[in-house]
Amino acid sequence: MKLRVAFFDFASCEGCQLQIANLEEEILDLIEIVEVVSFREIMKEHSDEYDIAIIEGSIMRPMDEKRLRDIRSRAKTLIALGACATTGGINKMRNQRSVEDVKEEVYGSDKITKDNEFFNVFQTKAVDEVVPVDYYIHGCPISRDEFKRVITALALGKKPVIPTYPVCVECKKNENVCLFELGKFCLGPITRAGCNAICPTNGSVCEGCRGILKKPQVECVMDILERYNLTYEEMKRRSTMFNMSAFSAKDEMTMVGGSKDE
Amino acid sequence: MSNTFAINVEHVTRIEGHGNIVLDVKKGKIEKLQWQISEAPRFFEAMLQGRNYDELRSITSRICGICSIGHSLASLKATEDALGIKITEQTQKLRRLAINAENMQSHILHVGYLAAPDLFGVGSVFPLVGTKNTDALLKIVKLHRLSNEMSDLVCGRTVHPIRLVVGGFSAIPTERQLRNLRDRLEEEIKTTKEVADVVKSVAGNLPDFTRETEYIGLTSDKEYALYDGIIASTDTGKHLDYRDYKSIIEEYIVPQSTAKYAKHARESYMVGALARFNLNSKQLHPIAKEVANMFGLKPINYNPFMNTVAQLVEFVHNIEDSIILIDQLLDDGVDDEKPVKAEVKAGRGVGIIEAPRGILVHDYTLNDDGICEKANCIIPTNQNHANIQKDMEEFVPQIIDKPEKEIELNLEMLVRAYDPCISCSTHYLDVKFA
Repeated sequence: MKLRVAFFDFASCEGCQLQIANLEEEILDLIEIVEVVSFREIMKEHSDEYDIAIIEGSIMRPMDEKRLRDIRSRAKTLIALGACATTGGINKMRNQRSVEDVKEEVYGSDKITKDNEFFNVFQTKAVDEVVPVDYYIHGCPISRDEFKRVITALALGKKPVIPTYPVCVECKKNENVCLFELGKFCLGPITRAGCNAICPTNGSVCEGCRGILKKPQVECVMDILERYNLTYEEMKRRSTMFNMSAFSAKDEMTMVGGSKDE
Repeated sequence: MSNTFAINVEHVTRIEGHGNIVLDVKKGKIEKLQWQISEAPRFFEAMLQGRNYDELRSITSRICGICSIGHSLASLKATEDALGIKITEQTQKLRRLAINAENMQSHILHVGYLAAPDLFGVGSVFPLVGTKNTDALLKIVKLHRLSNEMSDLVCGRTVHPIRLVVGGFSAIPTERQLRNLRDRLEEEIKTTKEVADVVKSVAGNLPDFTRETEYIGLTSDKEYALYDGIIASTDTGKHLDYRDYKSIIEEYIVPQSTAKYAKHARESYMVGALARFNLNSKQLHPIAKEVANMFGLKPINYNPFMNTVAQLVEFVHNIEDSIILIDQLLDDGVDDEKPVKAEVKAGRGVGIIEAPRGILVHDYTLNDDGICEKANCIIPTNQNHANIQKDMEEFVPQIIDKPEKEIELNLEMLVRAYDPCISCSTHYLDVKFA
């Protein structure tokens, strides 16, 4: 029996599902090893009987929380797909302000939004702040190759392996000139690898979309900051783009932690 | 016939984002008919405030996975407008290649994967595997791959591009890579024509429905406008001041939608491929014109279902246009130039482009330190929601005696024809209501 896989999307840009559609011909290989029973973005067919639920997006409202709990209760395995689901991603940037403040800013005092469940939002949550998550596929967007590796592993009954070392490892392997040398501020040293350092390889800094490592090489990171005359404050500020909740209120590197897979 | 029934399509499939169709008919009379947007709002405005000018592109790219290149380009144009940065000729051309690549990717995704299954009478492309239509499906996949690999080459990645940065590109394709791309584009014109033939063979399944409305899009004296141009309307002509876009696009909210609605000269208008075709069809390249003729598509066409055909026409145009751009780049020689340096200063900037689904505006105000203080985005799909609702109101009475399932399918097809991008439309940047 093939594993039955269902995709569900919450608050996101749906770019991670698009990455799967972007597997092109390989999506036909994918449906050789698993049965896709629900994928709203590209399929009308739908079934509530599935083994693996793949969740894209952050959780924003009570109505979304209810839908997610229902999905969890039906699935044997639940995968968080992409940064919005794994860490809350950029959707968490608004959490630095209160819900009331944000709503006032955006909707003004318009009465239409009162007592309307569509508009009833709380602070952005990652998927595992609502239900238990079995596996994480990181990134904004996810890497197509990593997605294939995870699904293949699960179809074979194996545990998928997600890197626990920094982006710098892959960046060095690609023989890139270090972006700090070029005067840029890169989050590679504290960010989980697995993307093949795609941003630095294309000349742009790592923005930390795959999540901050649970155990970064604190001494090395501090060395880099010192050598290039950069501040820890600025590193923390930059990290808030994708990792609003990775840094604790206490200002110490040792408190850094956003990883959930180690 | 005095029938009573209710249709409630929660989360319409094969569109980007979450929308519902609600129809209540009692004794042949429409009691309720709503196109609802239930997508969770994401409050991008709150995210952008306080961020550095060089982070705005990365953040706004995440408004939409499908049109992340469009958002990136509108964002960069707005930032560069605010900082007074003049980009190079080469950057202009590479950005035009990027916009062509995204238009191709988005259009073939819609024509092939999202709209076509209705014309073949299936729920998705998967059941087509192993049927007589397998060959057509593989051709569509091939064109989708071409579009994405073109984005990868120019932008570093198709979903959330990497190389598009303030002032230029963080990495540039080599001449050899561009030459290879040119050869492939040339080759796939044939494939595209074959796909057009297949679509033509089932185009009779597109409902014959027309409703007069207003079409709005960019226009330019120089070219079929996508990257640059001024705003134009089929009702009121050209509007010269791009910074005054609010005089054309009037946004408002309604209770059944977390996305804004928009209007201008009438109670609704349409943007996207059909709007651009209706405004600028004379400037299409020759083979694109041939494909339009094949389907009898002529301006002004008031059938929203023909938007899918207009997308196919644009796909061919984008290929032809890209070949011309690559030839120019190769003639001039490709330099490994660095992005133009920004001098940080306070100011407001507006960037307007044509995303695959229509006119897209980013508007930023930066302070002395280059920090974003205020942002506004006008999203294509928002501008179409009201038109979808008005189309439904006129379409339903025409089909009300059909079987319930057929009415439901027809309404879903109507929504899909607009190729709505709902994540985009509930991004919520600056919705201040006076």
